[in-house]
Amino acid sequence: MYAQMVKSTGERPKTLDEMSPEERAFQARVDADIKIEPKEWMPEGYRKTLIRQIGQHAHSEIVGQLPEGNWITRAPTLDRKAILIAKVQDEAGHGLYLYCAAETLGISRDEMTEQLLSGKAKYSSIFNYPTLTWADIGAIGWLVDGAAIMNQVQLQKCSYGPYSRAMVRICKEESFHQRQGYDIMMKLCAGNAEQKEMAQDALNRWWWPSLMMFGPSDKDSVHSAQSMAWKIKPMSNDELRQKFVDQTAPQAEYLGLKIPDPVLKWNEAKKGYDFGEIDWNEFYEVLKGDGPCNKERMAARRKAWTDGQWFRDGLMAHARKKRARKMAAE
Amino acid sequence: MTTAVKTDAALFELALRMGDNALILAQRVGAWCGHAPILEEDIALANVALDLIGQTKMWLGLAGEIEGKGRSADDLAFLRDARAFRNSLLVEQPNGDFAMTLMRQFLFDAFHHPMLVGLKSSADARIAEIAEKAEKEARYHRERSEDLVIRLGDGTEESRARMQGALDALYPFAGELALADAIDAELATRKIAPDLAAIGARVCDYLKTVFAEATLNAPWDAAVRKGGKQGAHSEELGYILAEMQWLQRAYPGAKW
Repeated sequence: MYAQMVKSTGERPKTLDEMSPEERAFQARVDADIKIEPKEWMPEGYRKTLIRQIGQHAHSEIVGQLPEGNWITRAPTLDRKAILIAKVQDEAGHGLYLYCAAETLGISRDEMTEQLLSGKAKYSSIFNYPTLTWADIGAIGWLVDGAAIMNQVQLQKCSYGPYSRAMVRICKEESFHQRQGYDIMMKLCAGNAEQKEMAQDALNRWWWPSLMMFGPSDKDSVHSAQSMAWKIKPMSNDELRQKFVDQTAPQAEYLGLKIPDPVLKWNEAKKGYDFGEIDWNEFYEVLKGDGPCNKERMAARRKAWTDGQWFRDGLMAHARKKRARKMAAE
Repeated sequence: MTTAVKTDAALFELALRMGDNALILAQRVGAWCGHAPILEEDIALANVALDLIGQTKMWLGLAGEIEGKGRSADDLAFLRDARAFRNSLLVEQPNGDFAMTLMRQFLFDAFHHPMLVGLKSSADARIAEIAEKAEKEARYHRERSEDLVIRLGDGTEESRARMQGALDALYPFAGELALADAIDAELATRKIAPDLAAIGARVCDYLKTVFAEATLNAPWDAAVRKGGKQGAHSEELGYILAEMQWLQRAYPGAKW
Protein backbone atom coordinates (compact mmCIF):
# COMPACT_ATOMS: atom_id res chain seq x y z
CA MET A 1 0.00 0.00 0.00
CA TYR A 2 2.08 2.32 -1.35
CA ALA A 3 -0.02 5.42 -1.58
CA GLN A 4 -0.37 6.29 2.03
CA MET A 5 -1.48 9.85 2.51
CA VAL A 6 -2.68 11.22 -0.78
CA LYS A 7 -3.90 14.79 -0.74
CA SER A 8 -7.18 15.14 -2.56
CA THR A 9 -9.09 18.38 -3.00
CA GLY A 10 -9.16 18.95 0.75
CA GLU A 11 -12.87 19.68 0.44
CA ARG A 12 -15.78 17.49 1.39
CA PRO A 13 -17.32 15.76 -1.63
CA LYS A 14 -19.93 17.89 -3.42
CA THR A 15 -23.55 16.91 -3.14
CA LEU A 16 -25.38 16.13 -6.38
CA ASP A 17 -27.09 19.53 -6.18
CA GLU A 18 -23.77 21.34 -5.99
CA MET A 19 -22.37 19.56 -9.03
CA SER A 20 -22.29 20.90 -12.58
CA PRO A 21 -24.11 18.72 -15.14
CA GLU A 22 -20.74 17.33 -16.29
CA GLU A 23 -19.73 16.46 -12.74
CA ARG A 24 -23.10 14.85 -12.14
CA ALA A 25 -22.80 12.69 -15.26
CA PHE A 26 -19.26 11.74 -14.21
CA GLN A 27 -20.34 10.80 -10.68
CA ALA A 28 -23.23 8.74 -12.10
CA ARG A 29 -20.76 6.69 -14.15
CA VAL A 30 -18.52 6.18 -11.12
CA ASP A 31 -21.53 5.16 -9.00
CA ALA A 32 -22.61 2.68 -11.68
CA ASP A 33 -19.09 1.14 -11.60
CA ILE A 34 -18.35 2.14 -15.18
CA LYS A 35 -14.59 2.64 -15.61
CA ILE A 36 -13.32 6.09 -16.44
CA GLU A 37 -10.92 6.05 -19.41
CA PRO A 38 -8.12 8.52 -20.26
CA LYS A 39 -9.87 10.47 -23.02
CA GLU A 40 -13.08 11.04 -21.06
CA TRP A 41 -13.98 14.22 -19.23
CA MET A 42 -13.10 14.13 -15.54
CA PRO A 43 -13.07 16.71 -12.75
CA GLU A 44 -9.68 18.41 -12.39
CA GLY A 45 -9.53 17.32 -8.73
CA TYR A 46 -10.04 13.68 -9.74
CA ARG A 47 -7.24 13.90 -12.27
CA LYS A 48 -4.83 15.59 -9.87
CA THR A 49 -5.61 13.27 -6.97
CA LEU A 50 -5.06 10.24 -9.18
CA ILE A 51 -1.75 11.59 -10.46
CA ARG A 52 -0.62 12.03 -6.86
CA GLN A 53 -1.86 8.60 -5.84
CA ILE A 54 -0.46 6.68 -8.81
CA GLY A 55 2.75 8.72 -8.68
CA GLN A 56 3.22 7.94 -4.99
CA HIS A 57 2.57 4.31 -5.70
CA ALA A 58 5.06 4.24 -8.59
CA HIS A 59 7.75 6.07 -6.60
CA SER A 60 7.29 3.60 -3.77
CA GLU A 61 7.98 0.72 -6.14
CA ILE A 62 11.16 2.44 -7.31
CA VAL A 63 12.47 3.40 -3.88
CA GLY A 64 11.28 0.01 -2.64
CA GLN A 65 13.96 -1.65 -4.78
CA LEU A 66 16.62 -0.27 -2.45
CA PRO A 67 16.04 -1.96 0.93
CA GLU A 68 15.64 -5.38 -0.68
CA GLY A 69 18.25 -4.81 -3.37
CA ASN A 70 20.58 -4.27 -0.41
CA TRP A 71 20.56 -8.05 0.16
CA ILE A 72 20.90 -9.35 -3.41
CA THR A 73 24.66 -9.73 -3.14
CA ARG A 74 24.32 -11.43 0.27
CA ALA A 75 21.38 -13.80 -0.31
CA PRO A 76 22.32 -17.11 1.32
CA THR A 77 21.66 -19.57 -1.53
CA LEU A 78 21.53 -19.44 -5.32
CA ASP A 79 17.77 -19.99 -5.26
CA ARG A 80 17.20 -17.23 -2.71
CA LYS A 81 19.36 -14.91 -4.78
CA ALA A 82 17.41 -15.66 -7.95
CA ILE A 83 14.05 -15.21 -6.21
CA LEU A 84 15.12 -11.93 -4.67
CA ILE A 85 16.42 -10.56 -7.96
CA ALA A 86 13.18 -11.60 -9.65
CA LYS A 87 11.19 -9.89 -6.93
CA VAL A 88 13.10 -6.62 -7.07
CA GLN A 89 12.82 -6.75 -10.84
CA ASP A 90 9.05 -7.11 -10.49
CA GLU A 91 8.99 -3.97 -8.35
CA ALA A 92 10.79 -2.06 -11.10
CA GLY A 93 8.26 -3.47 -13.58
CA HIS A 94 5.38 -2.32 -11.36
CA GLY A 95 6.93 1.13 -11.28
CA LEU A 96 6.98 1.10 -15.06
CA TYR A 97 3.28 0.12 -15.46
CA LEU A 98 2.27 2.69 -12.89
CA TYR A 99 4.23 5.52 -14.50
CA CYS A 100 2.54 4.55 -17.78
CA ALA A 101 -0.87 4.62 -16.08
CA ALA A 102 -0.11 8.08 -14.66
CA GLU A 103 1.06 9.29 -18.08
CA THR A 104 -2.46 8.73 -19.40
CA LEU A 105 -3.50 11.57 -17.08
CA GLY A 106 -1.21 14.09 -18.76
CA ILE A 107 2.06 14.01 -16.81
CA SER A 108 5.37 12.60 -18.07
CA ARG A 109 7.60 10.09 -16.32
CA ASP A 110 10.43 12.63 -16.26
CA GLU A 111 8.19 15.16 -14.52
CA MET A 112 7.22 12.58 -11.92
CA THR A 113 10.87 11.61 -11.41
CA GLU A 114 11.69 15.29 -10.94
CA GLN A 115 8.95 15.51 -8.28
CA LEU A 116 10.35 12.49 -6.45
CA LEU A 117 13.93 13.73 -6.51
CA SER A 118 13.02 17.24 -5.40
CA GLY A 119 11.07 15.80 -2.47
CA LYS A 120 7.77 17.21 -3.76
CA ALA A 121 6.25 13.78 -4.35
CA LYS A 122 6.11 11.23 -1.56
CA TYR A 123 6.66 7.49 -1.39
CA SER A 124 5.65 5.00 1.28
CA SER A 125 7.20 5.52 4.72
CA ILE A 126 8.00 1.81 4.97
CA PHE A 127 11.00 2.05 2.66
CA ASN A 128 12.75 4.41 5.02
CA TYR A 129 13.56 1.59 7.40
CA PRO A 130 16.84 -0.34 7.09
CA THR A 131 17.23 -4.03 6.17
CA LEU A 132 19.70 -5.23 8.79
CA THR A 133 19.55 -9.00 8.51
CA TRP A 134 18.40 -11.64 6.04
CA ALA A 135 15.24 -12.08 8.10
CA ASP A 136 14.26 -8.54 7.09
CA ILE A 137 13.89 -9.79 3.52
CA GLY A 138 11.45 -12.40 4.81
CA ALA A 139 9.60 -9.87 6.95
CA ILE A 140 9.29 -7.41 4.06
CA GLY A 141 7.77 -10.05 1.79
CA TRP A 142 5.42 -11.31 4.46
CA LEU A 143 4.35 -8.03 6.08
CA VAL A 144 5.07 -5.23 3.62
CA ASP A 145 3.90 -7.08 0.54
CA GLY A 146 1.05 -8.48 2.62
CA ALA A 147 -0.06 -4.95 3.48
CA ALA A 148 0.44 -3.85 -0.12
CA ILE A 149 -1.80 -6.64 -1.40
CA MET A 150 -4.51 -5.69 1.09
CA ASN A 151 -4.61 -2.26 -0.47
CA GLN A 152 -4.09 -3.26 -4.05
CA VAL A 153 -6.76 -5.94 -4.16
CA GLN A 154 -9.39 -3.31 -3.46
CA LEU A 155 -7.74 -0.94 -5.96
CA GLN A 156 -8.47 -3.43 -8.73
CA LYS A 157 -11.99 -2.00 -8.42
CA CYS A 158 -10.75 1.58 -8.69
CA SER A 159 -12.85 3.78 -11.00
CA TYR A 160 -9.91 4.73 -13.24
CA GLY A 161 -9.48 2.08 -15.95
CA PRO A 162 -5.69 2.14 -16.51
CA TYR A 163 -4.93 2.11 -12.77
CA SER A 164 -7.41 -0.64 -12.06
CA ARG A 165 -6.00 -2.80 -14.87
CA ALA A 166 -2.41 -2.21 -13.71
CA MET A 167 -3.50 -3.40 -10.27
CA VAL A 168 -4.89 -6.68 -11.60
CA ARG A 169 -1.50 -7.53 -13.02
CA ILE A 170 0.45 -6.24 -10.03
CA CYS A 171 -1.66 -8.20 -7.54
CA LYS A 172 -0.78 -11.50 -9.17
CA GLU A 173 2.92 -10.79 -8.70
CA GLU A 174 2.53 -9.42 -5.20
CA SER A 175 0.95 -12.59 -3.93
CA PHE A 176 4.03 -14.48 -5.13
CA HIS A 177 6.16 -11.93 -3.26
CA GLN A 178 4.27 -12.44 -0.07
CA ARG A 179 4.58 -16.20 -0.32
CA GLN A 180 8.34 -16.02 -0.84
CA GLY A 181 8.64 -13.75 2.20
CA TYR A 182 6.61 -16.08 4.35
CA ASP A 183 8.64 -18.99 3.06
CA ILE A 184 11.86 -17.29 4.21
CA MET A 185 10.27 -16.79 7.65
CA MET A 186 9.18 -20.44 7.81
CA LYS A 187 12.70 -21.62 7.01
CA LEU A 188 14.15 -19.34 9.68
CA CYS A 189 11.59 -20.38 12.28
CA ALA A 190 12.30 -24.05 11.57
CA GLY A 191 16.03 -23.36 11.81
CA ASN A 192 18.48 -22.95 14.67
CA ALA A 193 18.10 -20.64 17.68
CA GLU A 194 20.00 -17.80 16.03
CA GLN A 195 17.76 -17.97 12.97
CA LYS A 196 14.61 -17.90 15.08
CA GLU A 197 15.93 -14.93 16.98
CA MET A 198 16.68 -13.21 13.70
CA ALA A 199 13.08 -13.83 12.57
CA GLN A 200 11.59 -12.50 15.83
CA ASP A 201 13.82 -9.44 15.72
CA ALA A 202 12.70 -8.70 12.15
CA LEU A 203 9.05 -9.00 13.14
CA ASN A 204 9.67 -6.68 16.11
CA ARG A 205 11.13 -4.02 13.86
CA TRP A 206 8.77 -4.34 10.87
CA TRP A 207 5.40 -4.82 12.59
CA TRP A 208 4.55 -1.24 13.47
CA PRO A 209 5.98 0.34 10.33
CA SER A 210 3.84 -2.15 8.35
CA LEU A 211 0.69 -1.01 10.15
CA MET A 212 1.67 2.58 9.36
CA MET A 213 1.57 1.73 5.65
CA PHE A 214 -2.23 2.06 5.77
CA GLY A 215 -1.93 5.77 6.53
CA PRO A 216 -3.43 7.93 9.29
CA SER A 217 -6.41 6.73 11.24
CA ASP A 218 -9.79 7.48 9.62
CA LYS A 219 -10.57 10.24 12.08
CA ASP A 220 -7.42 12.11 10.95
CA SER A 221 -7.69 11.28 7.28
CA VAL A 222 -9.01 14.48 5.75
CA HIS A 223 -8.73 13.43 2.15
CA SER A 224 -10.41 10.07 2.28
CA ALA A 225 -14.06 11.06 1.84
CA GLN A 226 -13.60 12.61 -1.61
CA SER A 227 -11.35 9.75 -2.77
CA MET A 228 -13.91 7.22 -1.59
CA ALA A 229 -16.75 9.07 -3.36
CA TRP A 230 -14.69 8.92 -6.55
CA LYS A 231 -13.91 5.26 -5.93
CA ILE A 232 -10.20 5.72 -6.16
CA LYS A 233 -9.92 4.45 -2.61
CA PRO A 234 -12.64 1.87 -2.11
CA MET A 235 -11.91 1.09 1.56
CA SER A 236 -10.85 3.26 4.49
CA ASN A 237 -7.40 3.15 6.13
CA ASP A 238 -8.70 1.66 9.37
CA GLU A 239 -10.80 -0.99 7.63
CA LEU A 240 -7.77 -2.15 5.66
CA ARG A 241 -5.50 -2.07 8.71
CA GLN A 242 -7.97 -4.22 10.65
CA LYS A 243 -8.15 -6.72 7.80
CA PHE A 244 -4.36 -6.88 7.70
CA VAL A 245 -4.03 -7.51 11.44
CA ASP A 246 -6.76 -10.17 11.29
CA GLN A 247 -4.96 -11.95 8.48
CA THR A 248 -1.44 -11.63 9.87
CA ALA A 249 -1.86 -12.46 13.57
CA PRO A 250 -2.63 -16.17 12.95
CA GLN A 251 0.28 -16.36 10.49
CA ALA A 252 2.65 -15.10 13.21
CA GLU A 253 1.23 -17.66 15.59
CA TYR A 254 1.80 -20.43 13.04
CA LEU A 255 5.44 -19.35 12.78
CA GLY A 256 5.75 -19.38 16.55
CA LEU A 257 6.58 -15.67 16.62
CA LYS A 258 5.20 -13.04 18.94
CA ILE A 259 3.75 -9.83 17.54
CA PRO A 260 5.28 -6.93 19.52
CA ASP A 261 1.95 -5.57 20.78
CA PRO A 262 0.87 -6.37 24.37
CA VAL A 263 -2.68 -5.24 23.59
CA LEU A 264 -3.16 -7.56 20.61
CA LYS A 265 -5.98 -9.95 21.40
CA TRP A 266 -8.82 -11.74 19.59
CA ASN A 267 -12.14 -10.02 20.18
CA GLU A 268 -14.93 -12.55 19.73
CA ALA A 269 -17.65 -9.90 19.68
CA LYS A 270 -16.20 -8.00 16.71
CA LYS A 271 -14.75 -11.16 15.13
CA GLY A 272 -11.42 -9.43 14.78
CA TYR A 273 -8.32 -8.55 16.74
CA ASP A 274 -8.00 -5.59 19.06
CA PHE A 275 -4.59 -4.01 18.74
CA GLY A 276 -2.53 -1.19 20.21
CA GLU A 277 -2.16 2.39 19.06
CA ILE A 278 0.43 3.25 16.44
CA ASP A 279 3.15 5.71 17.43
CA TRP A 280 1.83 8.49 15.22
CA ASN A 281 4.76 10.75 16.08
CA GLU A 282 7.09 8.26 14.45
CA PHE A 283 4.74 7.99 11.45
CA TYR A 284 4.72 11.76 10.82
CA GLU A 285 8.48 12.06 11.43
CA VAL A 286 9.23 9.44 8.80
CA LEU A 287 6.80 11.06 6.37
CA LYS A 288 8.43 14.41 6.98
CA GLY A 289 11.80 12.95 5.99
CA ASP A 290 13.30 12.15 9.38
CA GLY A 291 13.07 8.36 9.32
CA PRO A 292 16.10 6.10 9.72
CA CYS A 293 16.89 5.94 5.97
CA ASN A 294 15.06 8.80 4.23
CA LYS A 295 18.29 10.64 3.45
CA GLU A 296 20.05 7.53 2.13
CA ARG A 297 17.12 6.43 -0.03
CA MET A 298 16.80 9.81 -1.70
CA ALA A 299 20.56 10.15 -2.07
CA ALA A 300 20.69 6.77 -3.82
CA ARG A 301 17.89 7.71 -6.21
CA ARG A 302 19.44 11.11 -6.98
CA LYS A 303 22.83 9.51 -7.57
CA ALA A 304 21.35 6.93 -9.95
CA TRP A 305 19.61 9.69 -11.90
CA THR A 306 22.54 12.12 -11.98
CA ASP A 307 25.16 9.48 -12.73
CA GLY A 308 22.94 8.15 -15.51
CA GLN A 309 22.51 11.47 -17.28
CA TRP A 310 25.33 10.81 -19.78
CA PHE A 311 23.81 7.40 -20.55
CA ARG A 312 20.38 8.81 -21.32
CA ASP A 313 21.89 11.71 -23.30
CA GLY A 314 24.09 9.31 -25.26
CA LEU A 315 21.12 7.20 -26.33
CA MET A 316 19.13 10.26 -27.35
CA ALA A 317 22.07 11.67 -29.34
CA HIS A 318 22.51 8.37 -31.15
CA ALA A 319 18.82 8.27 -32.03
CA ARG A 320 19.06 11.79 -33.49
CA LYS A 321 22.16 10.90 -35.52
CA LYS A 322 20.50 7.81 -36.85
CA ARG A 323 17.41 9.75 -37.89
CA ALA A 324 19.54 12.41 -39.59
CA ARG A 325 21.54 9.74 -41.49
CA LYS A 326 18.35 8.05 -42.59
CA MET A 327 16.90 11.31 -43.86
CA ALA A 328 20.14 12.18 -45.68
CA ALA A 329 20.07 8.80 -47.39
CA GLU A 330 16.47 9.18 -48.58
CA MET B 1 41.70 -45.93 -13.65
CA THR B 2 44.25 -43.09 -13.73
CA THR B 3 42.78 -41.97 -17.05
CA ALA B 4 39.27 -41.92 -15.57
CA VAL B 5 40.33 -39.60 -12.74
CA LYS B 6 42.12 -37.28 -15.16
CA THR B 7 39.04 -37.17 -17.41
CA ASP B 8 36.87 -36.17 -14.52
CA ALA B 9 39.28 -33.40 -13.53
CA ALA B 10 39.16 -31.70 -16.92
CA LEU B 11 35.37 -31.92 -17.09
CA PHE B 12 35.10 -30.65 -13.54
CA GLU B 13 37.30 -27.67 -14.45
CA LEU B 14 35.17 -26.85 -17.49
CA ALA B 15 31.96 -26.89 -15.46
CA LEU B 16 33.57 -24.70 -12.79
CA ARG B 17 34.94 -22.22 -15.33
CA MET B 18 31.56 -21.83 -17.00
CA GLY B 19 29.68 -21.75 -13.69
CA ASP B 20 32.03 -19.38 -11.90
CA ASN B 21 32.02 -16.90 -14.80
CA ALA B 22 28.23 -16.86 -14.64
CA LEU B 23 28.12 -16.61 -10.85
CA ILE B 24 30.66 -13.84 -10.37
CA LEU B 25 29.25 -11.78 -13.23
CA ALA B 26 25.71 -12.23 -11.83
CA GLN B 27 26.98 -11.10 -8.45
CA ARG B 28 28.42 -7.94 -9.99
CA VAL B 29 25.45 -7.17 -12.23
CA GLY B 30 22.92 -7.89 -9.47
CA ALA B 31 24.41 -5.10 -7.39
CA TRP B 32 22.99 -2.56 -9.88
CA CYS B 33 19.38 -3.31 -8.91
CA GLY B 34 17.74 0.01 -8.08
CA HIS B 35 20.76 2.09 -9.08
CA ALA B 36 20.72 1.97 -12.90
CA PRO B 37 20.48 5.13 -15.05
CA ILE B 38 16.92 4.39 -16.14
CA LEU B 39 14.17 2.03 -15.03
CA GLU B 40 14.38 -0.08 -18.19
CA GLU B 41 18.04 -0.79 -17.38
CA ASP B 42 17.20 -1.84 -13.82
CA ILE B 43 14.87 -4.39 -15.36
CA ALA B 44 17.27 -5.49 -18.11
CA LEU B 45 20.23 -5.94 -15.76
CA ALA B 46 18.10 -7.94 -13.34
CA ASN B 47 17.16 -10.15 -16.29
CA VAL B 48 20.77 -10.75 -17.20
CA ALA B 49 21.67 -11.50 -13.57
CA LEU B 50 18.75 -13.92 -13.30
CA ASP B 51 19.76 -15.79 -16.45
CA LEU B 52 23.32 -16.04 -15.17
CA ILE B 53 22.22 -17.36 -11.77
CA GLY B 54 20.11 -19.98 -13.56
CA GLN B 55 23.15 -21.00 -15.59
CA THR B 56 25.30 -21.06 -12.45
CA LYS B 57 22.92 -23.55 -10.89
CA MET B 58 23.20 -25.85 -13.90
CA TRP B 59 27.00 -25.63 -14.29
CA LEU B 60 27.87 -25.90 -10.63
CA GLY B 61 25.27 -28.63 -10.17
CA LEU B 62 27.02 -30.55 -12.93
CA ALA B 63 30.45 -29.78 -11.42
CA GLY B 64 29.33 -31.30 -8.13
CA GLU B 65 28.00 -34.35 -9.95
CA ILE B 66 31.25 -34.83 -11.88
CA GLU B 67 33.30 -34.40 -8.75
CA GLY B 68 31.24 -37.06 -7.00
CA LYS B 69 31.90 -35.88 -3.45
CA GLY B 70 28.34 -34.85 -2.73
CA ARG B 71 28.90 -31.09 -3.05
CA SER B 72 25.85 -29.19 -4.27
CA ALA B 73 25.85 -26.06 -6.46
CA ASP B 74 25.31 -24.02 -3.28
CA ASP B 75 28.24 -25.72 -1.54
CA LEU B 76 30.47 -24.86 -4.47
CA ALA B 77 29.22 -21.27 -4.68
CA PHE B 78 29.26 -20.42 -1.00
CA LEU B 79 31.93 -22.60 0.58
CA ARG B 80 34.93 -22.42 -1.72
CA ASP B 81 37.70 -19.91 -1.12
CA ALA B 82 39.11 -17.62 -3.80
CA ARG B 83 41.89 -19.95 -5.00
CA ALA B 84 39.34 -22.61 -5.92
CA PHE B 85 37.30 -20.25 -8.11
CA ARG B 86 37.86 -20.59 -11.84
CA ASN B 87 36.22 -17.48 -13.30
CA SER B 88 38.17 -15.21 -15.63
CA LEU B 89 39.57 -11.96 -14.27
CA LEU B 90 37.23 -9.97 -16.52
CA VAL B 91 34.01 -10.83 -14.69
CA GLU B 92 35.37 -9.96 -11.26
CA GLN B 93 36.34 -6.42 -12.27
CA PRO B 94 34.39 -3.75 -10.37
CA ASN B 95 31.14 -2.29 -11.68
CA GLY B 96 32.65 1.18 -12.03
CA ASP B 97 30.35 3.53 -13.91
CA PHE B 98 27.65 2.17 -16.21
CA ALA B 99 30.10 2.27 -19.15
CA MET B 100 32.44 -0.14 -17.33
CA THR B 101 29.55 -2.45 -16.47
CA LEU B 102 28.31 -2.45 -20.07
CA MET B 103 31.73 -2.95 -21.62
CA ARG B 104 32.55 -5.80 -19.23
CA GLN B 105 29.24 -7.41 -20.14
CA PHE B 106 29.78 -6.92 -23.86
CA LEU B 107 33.30 -8.38 -23.84
CA PHE B 108 32.01 -11.35 -21.87
CA ASP B 109 28.94 -11.86 -24.07
CA ALA B 110 31.09 -11.63 -27.21
CA PHE B 111 32.92 -14.75 -26.00
CA HIS B 112 30.14 -16.45 -24.07
CA HIS B 113 27.75 -16.85 -26.97
CA PRO B 114 30.10 -18.56 -29.48
CA MET B 115 31.52 -20.66 -26.64
CA LEU B 116 28.05 -21.95 -25.80
CA VAL B 117 27.29 -22.54 -29.48
CA GLY B 118 30.43 -24.71 -29.55
CA LEU B 119 29.46 -26.53 -26.37
CA LYS B 120 26.06 -27.43 -27.85
CA SER B 121 27.85 -30.11 -29.87
CA SER B 122 29.88 -31.36 -26.92
CA ALA B 123 30.61 -35.10 -26.79
CA ASP B 124 29.31 -34.94 -23.21
CA ALA B 125 25.51 -34.92 -23.34
CA ARG B 126 25.12 -33.12 -20.01
CA ILE B 127 27.27 -30.24 -21.20
CA ALA B 128 25.48 -30.08 -24.54
CA GLU B 129 22.16 -29.92 -22.72
CA ILE B 130 23.14 -26.99 -20.50
CA ALA B 131 24.68 -25.16 -23.47
CA GLU B 132 21.46 -25.65 -25.43
CA LYS B 133 19.48 -23.78 -22.75
CA ALA B 134 22.09 -21.13 -21.97
CA GLU B 135 22.93 -20.28 -25.58
CA LYS B 136 19.56 -18.65 -26.23
CA GLU B 137 19.99 -16.39 -23.21
CA ALA B 138 23.58 -15.54 -24.11
CA ARG B 139 22.50 -14.62 -27.65
CA TYR B 140 20.00 -12.16 -26.27
CA HIS B 141 22.57 -10.74 -23.83
CA ARG B 142 25.03 -10.20 -26.67
CA GLU B 143 22.44 -8.49 -28.86
CA ARG B 144 21.52 -6.15 -26.06
CA SER B 145 25.12 -5.33 -25.14
CA GLU B 146 26.14 -4.84 -28.75
CA ASP B 147 23.28 -2.47 -29.35
CA LEU B 148 24.14 -0.34 -26.32
CA VAL B 149 27.88 -0.30 -27.07
CA ILE B 150 27.16 0.99 -30.58
CA ARG B 151 24.63 3.58 -29.44
CA LEU B 152 26.78 4.94 -26.63
CA GLY B 153 30.03 4.77 -28.61
CA ASP B 154 28.36 6.73 -31.39
CA GLY B 155 26.35 8.96 -29.02
CA THR B 156 27.62 12.14 -27.38
CA GLU B 157 31.23 13.10 -26.88
CA GLU B 158 30.94 12.16 -23.23
CA SER B 159 29.31 8.79 -23.83
CA ARG B 160 31.98 7.98 -26.41
CA ALA B 161 34.79 9.00 -24.04
CA ARG B 162 33.36 6.88 -21.24
CA MET B 163 32.91 3.82 -23.47
CA GLN B 164 36.42 4.25 -24.87
CA GLY B 165 37.83 4.54 -21.34
CA ALA B 166 36.01 1.38 -20.33
CA LEU B 167 37.28 -0.45 -23.40
CA ASP B 168 40.88 0.64 -22.71
CA ALA B 169 40.61 -0.56 -19.12
CA LEU B 170 38.83 -3.84 -19.77
CA TYR B 171 40.06 -5.09 -23.14
CA PRO B 172 43.28 -6.53 -21.64
CA PHE B 173 41.11 -8.88 -19.57
CA ALA B 174 39.09 -10.15 -22.55
CA GLY B 175 41.88 -12.28 -24.01
CA GLU B 176 41.91 -14.71 -21.12
CA LEU B 177 38.47 -16.07 -22.00
CA ALA B 178 39.69 -17.61 -25.24
CA LEU B 179 43.24 -18.40 -24.13
CA ALA B 180 43.62 -22.18 -24.03
CA ASP B 181 45.60 -23.98 -21.35
CA ALA B 182 46.35 -27.72 -21.15
CA ILE B 183 42.84 -28.43 -19.82
CA ASP B 184 41.20 -26.63 -22.73
CA ALA B 185 43.44 -28.47 -25.16
CA GLU B 186 42.48 -31.81 -23.65
CA LEU B 187 38.79 -30.96 -23.73
CA ALA B 188 39.04 -29.91 -27.38
CA THR B 189 40.84 -33.11 -28.33
CA ARG B 190 38.13 -35.13 -26.65
CA LYS B 191 35.46 -33.06 -28.46
CA ILE B 192 33.97 -32.02 -25.14
CA ALA B 193 34.64 -28.31 -25.75
CA PRO B 194 35.37 -26.29 -28.91
CA ASP B 195 38.86 -25.24 -29.95
CA LEU B 196 39.38 -21.96 -28.11
CA ALA B 197 41.76 -20.53 -30.69
CA ALA B 198 39.02 -20.76 -33.31
CA ILE B 199 36.49 -19.15 -30.94
CA GLY B 200 39.02 -16.42 -30.14
CA ALA B 201 39.52 -15.60 -33.83
CA ARG B 202 35.79 -15.39 -34.37
CA VAL B 203 35.36 -13.15 -31.32
CA CYS B 204 38.10 -10.87 -32.60
CA ASP B 205 36.43 -10.42 -36.00
CA TYR B 206 33.12 -9.76 -34.33
CA LEU B 207 34.59 -7.16 -31.95
CA LYS B 208 36.28 -5.38 -34.87
CA THR B 209 32.95 -4.99 -36.68
CA VAL B 210 31.07 -3.76 -33.61
CA PHE B 211 33.78 -1.35 -32.44
CA ALA B 212 34.03 0.13 -35.93
CA GLU B 213 30.33 0.89 -35.89
CA ALA B 214 30.62 2.22 -32.35
CA THR B 215 33.55 4.44 -33.40
CA LEU B 216 35.69 2.89 -30.65
CA ASN B 217 39.30 1.68 -30.84
CA ALA B 218 40.35 -1.39 -28.90
CA PRO B 219 43.97 -1.63 -27.69
CA TRP B 220 44.40 -4.81 -29.76
CA ASP B 221 48.03 -5.33 -28.82
CA ALA B 222 47.64 -4.86 -25.07
CA ALA B 223 49.16 -7.62 -22.92
CA VAL B 224 46.56 -10.17 -21.88
CA ARG B 225 45.79 -10.14 -18.16
CA LYS B 226 45.13 -13.69 -17.10
CA GLY B 227 45.17 -16.21 -14.29
CA GLY B 228 41.61 -16.42 -13.05
CA LYS B 229 40.86 -19.62 -14.96
CA GLN B 230 43.63 -21.29 -12.98
CA GLY B 231 42.63 -19.72 -9.68
CA ALA B 232 45.12 -16.82 -9.64
CA HIS B 233 42.69 -13.94 -9.20
CA SER B 234 42.79 -10.20 -8.78
CA GLU B 235 42.29 -8.77 -5.29
CA GLU B 236 38.67 -8.08 -6.20
CA LEU B 237 37.50 -11.66 -5.83
CA GLY B 238 38.17 -11.91 -2.10
CA TYR B 239 35.78 -9.03 -1.42
CA ILE B 240 33.14 -10.46 -3.72
CA LEU B 241 33.25 -13.76 -1.85
CA ALA B 242 33.36 -12.12 1.58
CA GLU B 243 30.05 -10.44 0.75
CA MET B 244 28.43 -13.28 -1.16
CA GLN B 245 29.36 -16.05 1.29
CA TRP B 246 28.77 -14.10 4.49
CA LEU B 247 25.64 -15.82 5.77
CA GLN B 248 26.78 -19.32 4.92
CA ARG B 249 30.09 -18.71 6.68
CA ALA B 250 28.59 -16.96 9.71
CA TYR B 251 25.99 -19.67 10.39
CA PRO B 252 27.63 -22.95 9.38
CA GLY B 253 25.16 -25.66 8.43
CA ALA B 254 22.06 -23.46 8.71
CA LYS B 255 19.29 -23.98 6.14
CA TRP B 256 17.90 -20.90 4.43
